[in-house]
Amino acid sequence: MTAATPALVVDDDMAARQRRTRLSRLAQYGFLALLFAFMATPMLVVVVFSFDANRFPAIPWGGFSLKWHRAVLEDGMIADAFLNSLKVGFGTAVISTVLGFAAAYIDYRWRFRGQSAFVLLVAMPPAVPVTILGMAMLAFLSRIGLFGTVEAIMACHVVLATSFAMALIRLRLGELGPEVEQAAWNLGASPSVAVLLIVVPFCKPALIASFFLSAAVSFDEFMIAWFVGGVHETLPVRILNLLQGQVNPKINAIGTLVLVVSITLVLLAQRFMRVRTGQPTATA
Amino acid sequence: MKFPFVSLKGLDKRFAGHHAVRGIDLDIAAGEFIAIMGPSGCGKSTTLRMIAGLDEPTAGELWIGGRNMRGIPAFQRETPMVWQSLALFPFLTVAENVEFPLRRKKLGADASRKRAGEWLERMGLGGMGDRTVSQLSGGQRQRVALARALVTEPSILLLDEPLSALDTHLRMRMQTELARLHRELRITFVYVTHAQSEAFALADRMVIMSDGLIQQTGRPQDVYRAPVNAFVANFIGTNNLVNGKVRAMAGGQVELDSPIGAFTVPAAASALTAGDKVSFVIAADRIALAGESAGDTASGHARLHGTVLGLEFVGSTQTVFIEVPGSETEFRVQKQQHEIESLGLAPGQRVQLSWNPQHAWVLPQAA
Repeated sequence: MTAATPALVVDDDMAARQRRTRLSRLAQYGFLALLFAFMATPMLVVVVFSFDANRFPAIPWGGFSLKWHRAVLEDGMIADAFLNSLKVGFGTAVISTVLGFAAAYIDYRWRFRGQSAFVLLVAMPPAVPVTILGMAMLAFLSRIGLFGTVEAIMACHVVLATSFAMALIRLRLGELGPEVEQAAWNLGASPSVAVLLIVVPFCKPALIASFFLSAAVSFDEFMIAWFVGGVHETLPVRILNLLQGQVNPKINAIGTLVLVVSITLVLLAQRFMRVRTGQPTATA
Repeated sequence: MKFPFVSLKGLDKRFAGHHAVRGIDLDIAAGEFIAIMGPSGCGKSTTLRMIAGLDEPTAGELWIGGRNMRGIPAFQRETPMVWQSLALFPFLTVAENVEFPLRRKKLGADASRKRAGEWLERMGLGGMGDRTVSQLSGGQRQRVALARALVTEPSILLLDEPLSALDTHLRMRMQTELARLHRELRITFVYVTHAQSEAFALADRMVIMSDGLIQQTGRPQDVYRAPVNAFVANFIGTNNLVNGKVRAMAGGQVELDSPIGAFTVPAAASALTAGDKVSFVIAADRIALAGESAGDTASGHARLHGTVLGLEFVGSTQTVFIEVPGSETEFRVQKQQHEIESLGLAPGQRVQLSWNPQHAWVLPQAA
């Protein structure tokens, strides 16, 4: 280094500053790591003990075993509940995505009286406490004779998930300049053809994301399913019923299963929400 | 015009709280290049959108090719448009964008691909059909938009400020391209713009709109030479407008008082009476300049004195901005480079302006 004394002082200064930045960054990462550990540890415990040979989760570990997983697979009620969850989840995903798109498109395309009320109505369900939602739905469904069916659970989950689907899809539609759809009309596409060929393909990432997100919402939902399902149990309901009977080591194995499905769904949703950003929408 | 291709009859459009177009009449001949100009909010884009069927007129009639267009939706009109935003389909390839209108006309996949390919070739985009729109430059996108609009071989093309989003260099090139396309295709171009240079360079005829009304229609040089009212004169901007009041009428001449002096201006057949508000126009290239101490100009010429504010270079000529005491706006005088040099004009210099009163004319206020 050819620098004279003053330059060296500056260097010292910079070194100190760099040390401080490094320290601060380290502290930030540490805090984040703690936070994640706090959230993930309980889940990790569940997964770990699902492979424990011991009947009751305890330390020391009783050795690796798949017997609880096997027990879960052999339990007919759990299998039924899982199947119900899949049915409800898939149905909810399809219907919510379609309804969410319709609601988002209506809000995007037209200006009408009561528009904000309409949007609020679609967006509201997740803001209502699920206990109240569950009770209200129970009261309503038993009055119209739909109580205690898989379809009833599905319908209620659709109410909940459509809000998320609409929010997702509306966000994407906001990036579609109004002139793009008009250009399609201008070039000979009828309004319905334009929706099919231009609007829907444009929304595809959001549609797929909202499909998986709706499925995840449904798959994890306990309260409403418990209220309106009657004898039809979804997986979360089965878990609670198991817990209420006795502490059953199968719980950990089911927990692992649910965790895997939920995380997969959310990851898939996220994968498609990350819309390719390098592509400017035609609004420029 | 015997058989106008497009005919607007009392066309009127009201939006909630906004009267965008106030019953305009306009005939456009087949193969004409017409430019609709005006400041933003004058109703020019709404007029274009009504022709395309994107906005339904509140009143009046619109005829295209001898057909009344009332109730005919946009997708059945065959009035393709090029948008300022281009409105290309972002998730389709270049070729798919151009094929889109052909496929809507139920042309087969192979035939569509061939036709689209020909047009891409023609627009200098050969071999780019498989790219996505985002991989193209601004000028290339513009050409894709043009190809997409023209591929069905329509008899009319609507353009809504297509060049405003481009830089100067590209704008000039696209302008040439548009002129060439119009020459080759001989179809009707309706071109909405707020840029005079584009209208002057391209249009057979221009329509000046303001406040939902047509102020003037005519060949660019006629509108430039003879704006019919104060709005147009102001909008064209290369003219000097002097506002005043009629003092007296005498033998086809108006004597008027203005803040910068009294003037006599020819006023053929205008029904003016003393006290009326009136403006007169003197074109920027009709004013002679001389040093302040110069003697009398030709007899009967109007004369003013002012101070040079600055000079602006515009191609082979320069615009001289001159402040005249009492006048709200500065005077513009257009001069050749050599005249500027021989006078040695520089900011701050006092000059004498003069013009032949026969070159000035009286204008009413805006329609």
